[in-house]
Amino acid sequence: MSVLPYVSAAWICAVGLYGAITSRNLIHLALCLTVVQSSTYVLLLAIGYVNRGGAPIFKGVKLGTRAVDPVVQSLTLTDIVVSVTVVALILALALDAHKDAGSVDPDTLADVKG
Amino acid sequence: MRLERSRVRAVVAVPAVAAVGALLVWAFVGLPDFGHYRGPYGFVLNRIGVPQRHTTNVVTAIVFDYRGFDTMGEEFILFGSVLGVVLLLRGRARDEAEEDLAKYTDAVSSDLVRVLGGLAAGVSLLIGLWLVSFGFVTPGGGFQGGVVVAGALLLVYAAGSFRAWRKVSNEEALDPLEGIGVGGYVIVGLAALVSGAPFLHNLLGPGKSGTLFSGGSLPFLNWVTALEVAAANVVLCAQFLEQCLAPHARKERSNS
Amino acid sequence: MTLVVATIAPLQAIAFVLAPLGATAVVFTRRPLRQIVVNGFYGLALGVLFFVLQAPDVALSMIVVGAIAYPLVVLSAIGRVRLRSGGKPKGREADGA
Repeated sequence: MSVLPYVSAAWICAVGLYGAITSRNLIHLALCLTVVQSSTYVLLLAIGYVNRGGAPIFKGVKLGTRAVDPVVQSLTLTDIVVSVTVVALILALALDAHKDAGSVDPDTLADVKG
Repeated sequence: MRLERSRVRAVVAVPAVAAVGALLVWAFVGLPDFGHYRGPYGFVLNRIGVPQRHTTNVVTAIVFDYRGFDTMGEEFILFGSVLGVVLLLRGRARDEAEEDLAKYTDAVSSDLVRVLGGLAAGVSLLIGLWLVSFGFVTPGGGFQGGVVVAGALLLVYAAGSFRAWRKVSNEEALDPLEGIGVGGYVIVGLAALVSGAPFLHNLLGPGKSGTLFSGGSLPFLNWVTALEVAAANVVLCAQFLEQCLAPHARKERSNS
Repeated sequence: MTLVVATIAPLQAIAFVLAPLGATAVVFTRRPLRQIVVNGFYGLALGVLFFVLQAPDVALSMIVVGAIAYPLVVLSAIGRVRLRSGGKPKGREADGA
């Protein structure tokens, strides 16, 4: 059980990388990059978990009850919201490339001579 | 030629990615076991977060207070990438597209969808505002609430009409709002500097725990972030929707 | 307390298995229009995983973003690409949108 979270994070990262390398469509590529990013979220939250701990919210909960690490949660939640805009930027670049080259295939884009 | 290149890539990628995966697993297994979190900062913050700042949501206290500087950096990332998208997509042939889109209505025809959508938009807006305002008492915060508010405005397009969406996503109104969002964060931080404390130091008193009047300058940062996230998401969606709908608008205009 | 551990550990194990399955599904769905739908399910699986790891803020963030922002942005991009290349591409040519 203690190795499953880490193997799962490594698997998600590896599979996302594979998808990004062998992608034949720039939009598919952008979504594979979000998969790689989500592997870091899984890893961070797995690191911060405390056995038998509750959520780090103390409304109606006695102070001093065991809770999981709140620092990694703060990093993860800002990152999730901000990464949407970064994916949007990547998609805007893909749209621009489609406008110039007429296709969203990375292989054909590589042939454009400058 | 194209097929060959992608086949070669697929064949080379599998062992390379497998090697990366193996390296990652080897690195992760050296970490403490799952559930045996060792580091002191999590435990320290859980213990002092509520007594010091009187915010019962320790995660939001960390995002906007203990690590408020990091959040400022994230906001600038948000601002920068929306700037990039707008620069890329607003560029060419804009005036012609503006005329087409100004006449484009694209109303939803089903009355049931319009009524339910209108109700849902109102309820979503309220939920988003609630998530933002109570973000430091219960789970929530500026980031989540901002996206929900943007989603509520998006329902105006999805269940209403494009013309109504244009009124709601008016760029001349949204661009300054987004600027106020980012600038406001820096201004609250500078206000602390002016009063002699370090940048982004929590100025006001902690207040009564578990209510809206807690956390010092945290609610201000919370609301300013929500404004920025909501405006940024609406601008983003407006740009992409325009890109997608401009050809339809031109076709409709040339048909009429 | 042991009751809590007994009920939550299998949930965590299931969530930690569903997430990589969802990720694999997202990567191996080549057409972007189908990939968005699968991405929605992956976002839900991740949201459940984050919730079971006692992180409600993060789960809220993931679900909200995966339901509102991602589909809109990617669907608009797909729509624009399709319009420029003249309608839905047929066959397996380059896994077009």
